[in-house]
Amino acid sequence: MSISRRVLCSAAMALSVLSATGAHAQDQAIKVGIIGPFSGPFAHYGTLFKAGAEAYVASQGGKLAGKSVEFIYRDTGGPNPAQTRVLAQELIVKDKVDYLGGFVFTPNALAVAPLIQQSQTPTVIFNAATSSITEKSEYFIRSSYTLWQVTVPLAQWAAKQGLKKVVTAVTDYGPGLDAEAAFKSEFAKQGGTVVETIRMPIATTDFGPFAQRIRASGAQAVYTFLPGGPPNLGFVKAYNENGLAKAGIQFLGTAETDEFDLQKFGDSALGLTTAFHYSGAHDSPQNKAFVAALKKQDPSAVANYASVGAWDGMYVIHKMIEATGGKKDGAKALAAARELQWESPRGPVRIDSRSRHITQNVYLRKVEKSGGILVNKEIQSFGPQVDFGLTP
Amino acid sequence: MNTLSNILIDGLAYGMVLFVIAVGLSVTLGLMRFVNLSHGAFAMVGGYCAALLTRELQWSFWVAVPLALLATGLLGAVLEALVLRHLYQRKELDQVLFTIGLTFVLIAATNALVGPQVQMIQLPPSLTGSIDLGFRTMPAQRLLVIGVGLAVALGAALTVTRTRFGIWLRAAVDHAGTASSLGIPIRVVQCVTFAAGAAMAGLGGVLGAEVMPLEPYYALKYLVLVLVVVAVGGMGSIAGSLCAAIVLGLIETASKYLASDWGSLFFFAAMAVFLAWRPNGILKR
Repeated sequence: MSISRRVLCSAAMALSVLSATGAHAQDQAIKVGIIGPFSGPFAHYGTLFKAGAEAYVASQGGKLAGKSVEFIYRDTGGPNPAQTRVLAQELIVKDKVDYLGGFVFTPNALAVAPLIQQSQTPTVIFNAATSSITEKSEYFIRSSYTLWQVTVPLAQWAAKQGLKKVVTAVTDYGPGLDAEAAFKSEFAKQGGTVVETIRMPIATTDFGPFAQRIRASGAQAVYTFLPGGPPNLGFVKAYNENGLAKAGIQFLGTAETDEFDLQKFGDSALGLTTAFHYSGAHDSPQNKAFVAALKKQDPSAVANYASVGAWDGMYVIHKMIEATGGKKDGAKALAAARELQWESPRGPVRIDSRSRHITQNVYLRKVEKSGGILVNKEIQSFGPQVDFGLTP
Repeated sequence: MNTLSNILIDGLAYGMVLFVIAVGLSVTLGLMRFVNLSHGAFAMVGGYCAALLTRELQWSFWVAVPLALLATGLLGAVLEALVLRHLYQRKELDQVLFTIGLTFVLIAATNALVGPQVQMIQLPPSLTGSIDLGFRTMPAQRLLVIGVGLAVALGAALTVTRTRFGIWLRAAVDHAGTASSLGIPIRVVQCVTFAAGAAMAGLGGVLGAEVMPLEPYYALKYLVLVLVVVAVGGMGSIAGSLCAAIVLGLIETASKYLASDWGSLFFFAAMAVFLAWRPNGILKR
């Protein structure tokens, strides 16, 4: 008796499992693996990726092209190419994801290039900003920006303003050197001179000495690149406290006035000039919808380049799902992605069919106070810009 | 010439920031011989308290800072009385493991309670400006750091060498059993000293925040700098820590003016040289 009951039980269980997998097969969710830092000092990037991506899906009524979407998040901590490779492999082989997204750090993105190439997994980079990444696999699409893309128009504008002598002060690591090279070459092309190139060690905490060197260089402006967070704040403080602003040395930056930390700068940020592709204060219905959707998803999320990168990245994935009808077909998905052109929260954008990098407007912005909070007020659009950092 | 005076001024200012951040550790690690890797976490607690009081509650800086230090000192006293005192007799490795664990707990707690953003302490208008030195300007806040740093060095050194409490403390550390049988309340001495060390860490967190901005990973990020200052200065020597902080500050600043491409190489090379030359502390033969 007891034996037959056990048999019955296991048969019932097997049936229920079968029916469950059957139901699953009918509504096959599209799996999207998001790789980014979800713990440690860079965890806020992961949080913003998650909020941006999920807000996009929610804004489309919870389904993309009629398919439900399942996100699988994987944590890389900081820059960690070896672990990122393992995580991506697991996602592709074990979880059988249809798309990959995320990536804050360049080395992490580079580490997965061979994997996505071999498995033909379309991969959208939400942040990592070194030009060469998209050349490493034809399945990379990038929805963020590159330093060349935002720096070249800034250097052109600086030259047009009549600035002749500029000093560069960048943090001494990959992206900083990229930024320095971009500014130097374009500014020289426009007839200006970079009088000194200062490279600041990545562990710098006291920026006072560099502020004095900038002052002593006799330049009319300083072009700077710093990694996000505390160094930004330290540099801006040193810039103000050492009287550079008063001496009329103009501040030229890119991501330094990122919305994530901007409120913490206080009034010392007022008047800082930057060139960038997205401002949380961009005035368009698309941006208002984005900000509203983001706040609904996660009230503490900030509309900045990371969350808009994820939002637009999901738009690209949405269109790829549409083009392939939810089937796994990397080549077809990429063919569709290369043609994309749409109105993003940041303005009109399109995917460059050759580089698979996003072509977008770059804006000149000044930090202003609006409604009691600091915003990056766009004062001029430089028009659509490509990634100037690619080898032609 | 101008560069030289710039190096001297900025180096002194940076050295004093290093000293103010490290002086609390030179009390807990140096005087009490307790390997306290949670020093950075106490500094962070002090800084966060001051930031929240001045920014969210709009309190005056001059009221908020003493209160923040008091809060940090109390936290230190409570932790000492509940857990840390059981570690005094344990091996150094146990102390390292426990205090680094405590640091991670405090990092995670800060992250969860306040968020990952950088926190700014609202300075009063008198400190936000710059002071004109004739040939250049200097942030007014740095002058406060230099003044407070000197005052703390003097006060701590006098307390340890000239007061009854200082005698008790040295007795309690050197020979707890004998001190106790002589009627010295060693538990009170230990608890008060640890609390004072924590409060001084908090002071460093507040005053150093202009150079080392507060964020959850603050507790680990600058720990190496602080340990270097205390190691070069010598265990338990507050004058040594002051001297080490200023010398190292000058070297770091000079390398920023003259050879920034070398990163922090000279700072750490100087540390190695000093430790080889005077392993017991920069002022001890």
